[in-house]
Amino acid sequence: MNLRRTRAIFRKEMLHIIRDPRSLVAALLQPLIMLMLFGWALSLDVDHIPAYVYDQSNSPQSRDLINAFQGSRYFSVTEVTSYHAIEQAIDKRQCLMGVAIPPDFAKQLGQKQPTQVQLLLDGSDSNTASIARGYAESIVALYSGQLQAPVQTAMGNSPARVSAEMRVWYNPDLLSQNFIVPGLIAVIVMIIASNLGALTIAREWENGTMEQLLSTPARPSEVAFGKLFAYFVVGFVDMVIALVVGVFVFHVPLKGSVLLLLVSSCLFLFGSLALGILVSASFRTQLLAYQMGSFISFLPAFLLSGFIYSISNMPRVIQFIALFVPARYYMNIARGIFLKGLGVRALWFELLLMVFYCVSVCYFTTRKLRQKVA
Amino acid sequence: MPLERTQESGVRSQNRGPAVHLDKLVKRFGDFVAVDNVSIDVAQGEIFGFLGPNGAGKSTTIRILCGLLAPTSGSATVGGFDVSTQPEDIKKNIGYMSQKFSLYDDLTVQENIEFFGGIYGVSDEKLPERRDYVLKMAGLEGKRSALTRELSGGWKQRLALGCAILHEPPILFLDEPTSGVDPIARRNFWHLIYELSGAGHTVFVTTHYMDEAEYCHRVALMYGGRVIALGSPAELKTSLGAGHLLNLESSNLLGAMAALENKPGILDVAVFGGGLHVKVDDPGAAIPAIYKILQDAGIHVMTLDSITPSMEDVFVGLIEKEEEKKAA
Repeated sequence: MNLRRTRAIFRKEMLHIIRDPRSLVAALLQPLIMLMLFGWALSLDVDHIPAYVYDQSNSPQSRDLINAFQGSRYFSVTEVTSYHAIEQAIDKRQCLMGVAIPPDFAKQLGQKQPTQVQLLLDGSDSNTASIARGYAESIVALYSGQLQAPVQTAMGNSPARVSAEMRVWYNPDLLSQNFIVPGLIAVIVMIIASNLGALTIAREWENGTMEQLLSTPARPSEVAFGKLFAYFVVGFVDMVIALVVGVFVFHVPLKGSVLLLLVSSCLFLFGSLALGILVSASFRTQLLAYQMGSFISFLPAFLLSGFIYSISNMPRVIQFIALFVPARYYMNIARGIFLKGLGVRALWFELLLMVFYCVSVCYFTTRKLRQKVA
Repeated sequence: MPLERTQESGVRSQNRGPAVHLDKLVKRFGDFVAVDNVSIDVAQGEIFGFLGPNGAGKSTTIRILCGLLAPTSGSATVGGFDVSTQPEDIKKNIGYMSQKFSLYDDLTVQENIEFFGGIYGVSDEKLPERRDYVLKMAGLEGKRSALTRELSGGWKQRLALGCAILHEPPILFLDEPTSGVDPIARRNFWHLIYELSGAGHTVFVTTHYMDEAEYCHRVALMYGGRVIALGSPAELKTSLGAGHLLNLESSNLLGAMAALENKPGILDVAVFGGGLHVKVDDPGAAIPAIYKILQDAGIHVMTLDSITPSMEDVFVGLIEKEEEKKAA
């Protein structure tokens, strides 16, 4: 590879970037907008779920249960006096869950009979509904456990109250931002890289400049790396923006080494840019290359990387496909360094895969560019 | 990737044989034969014109010679290097101007020059001198920081040529360099080609402007992928076949054409400008005969002279002959 020619390509690409301020601004704003959208709007935390309670029992026992709901931060409770009020509120989306306590609640409990509380959930938001159900069930279970404990003591059994104590590691506040933002960096890098890379060769084919370029002594590797380095500069700025916003705006704890995070992010960025250029060289028209770029890089990075949707819950076939999604391994690295403070010893396999990703994609990109005009 | 030397290979190639040599070159795209068994030698310093209608295979041939396409069979050398096995060496020794304007629109004149200088391996010390030469040659000295997209067609063309000769390549391939450019700019452009040829560059140029063919030292006429005529413009004109050309101007162009067609002694009648070009086998007998025929038809003859055929006559004549062959 000749450095002078690579440098000439690099300079030319930088000029293209500077001369097209709209695309440049778009490339720099995109990560910010995504961070805002996903970091703030897409919160997977469910708390203060509006819940309407219809207490037909009106007894100390039912008051205790309602207090248990009120005491948790997951629900904000409003008391109503009819079923109809709950139905209406759910229809109007004023509440997500209704709790109906039957009239004989206290009586049944007094007779040590099993009794039931009715939960009404708005299934149209199934995700939140199932989370709310989980919380509600655990509150009811806790309440019923408290009821049984004194009974058991009175009967002379072991007075020990067994309760499960939950400890959450790595993200003790269970803030979804902490989980989403490091993953989002992977998605951003993938989008930027495939968008920037996908257009660059296709544009040269469309404008006829590729043919000119191929008639010069410039080698495919020089064209590829000159372009890669230029877009790397843009991608790197994007990546740093994402990291800085993540740490200083969203307060995601960065426990591990910044250097390791940067190195692994650069590897991932480089490989993804090369993938964009490979797509660009394969399709030769900007529109097609752009669409294919999104299809093979953005969608897998978003859906099959464990960014939001857990891979282990997916069907076997999809899990197998997900094995080949580079973003998934980078996401492990980013989350590992951010939240767990992991180092090279724990992440060596993923890091090795990143190196393999870069090298193999660069190889195929260079090979693709070596093809002749027709 | 192996490291290689950046040293320039110099203006003249070491090669003492023909600058460009094609031997039974064939290029097929599926069933379509774009280049059909073409053999040509182009001497060093020659301006070699490649003529033919669109789709005749001119651009395909040039692309093969520039190492952009692989030939299906046959062989070709450029500057002594084989197109199939030494394309990298060829690329250092040629300048190529493709049919479509192919500089970067969003770069300035100077940036384009510097980019191609870098790509062609012109050294940092030498680049300012070459850059100034190209700016002067293209008449773009006052426009060095203008964006290329703002240039007119003629300037773009000269800049493209300038970028292709930054590294002083011994051989230049110009694919329809003057298409879409006004006549003055075309003339200026050919002036540049002459200068380059005078400086020792071999120029291989395609065109479908017949007047431009007259500027070439030698031309090859390509039709349907084959070379149907090869020689200097003068040679081609005299070898037009048996027959002489007469220029006829009359009071009724179409009437004269209808009256003369298929008459004994008259080989062909074609509209040319405001008159007719009539091909005859014996002018001594034909001229009085034509006067008689037209007089009988009530058409007044203004001029009827023997003329030297133009390249356009040669071209039309040869292609008609080919079409007849095909029809037969």
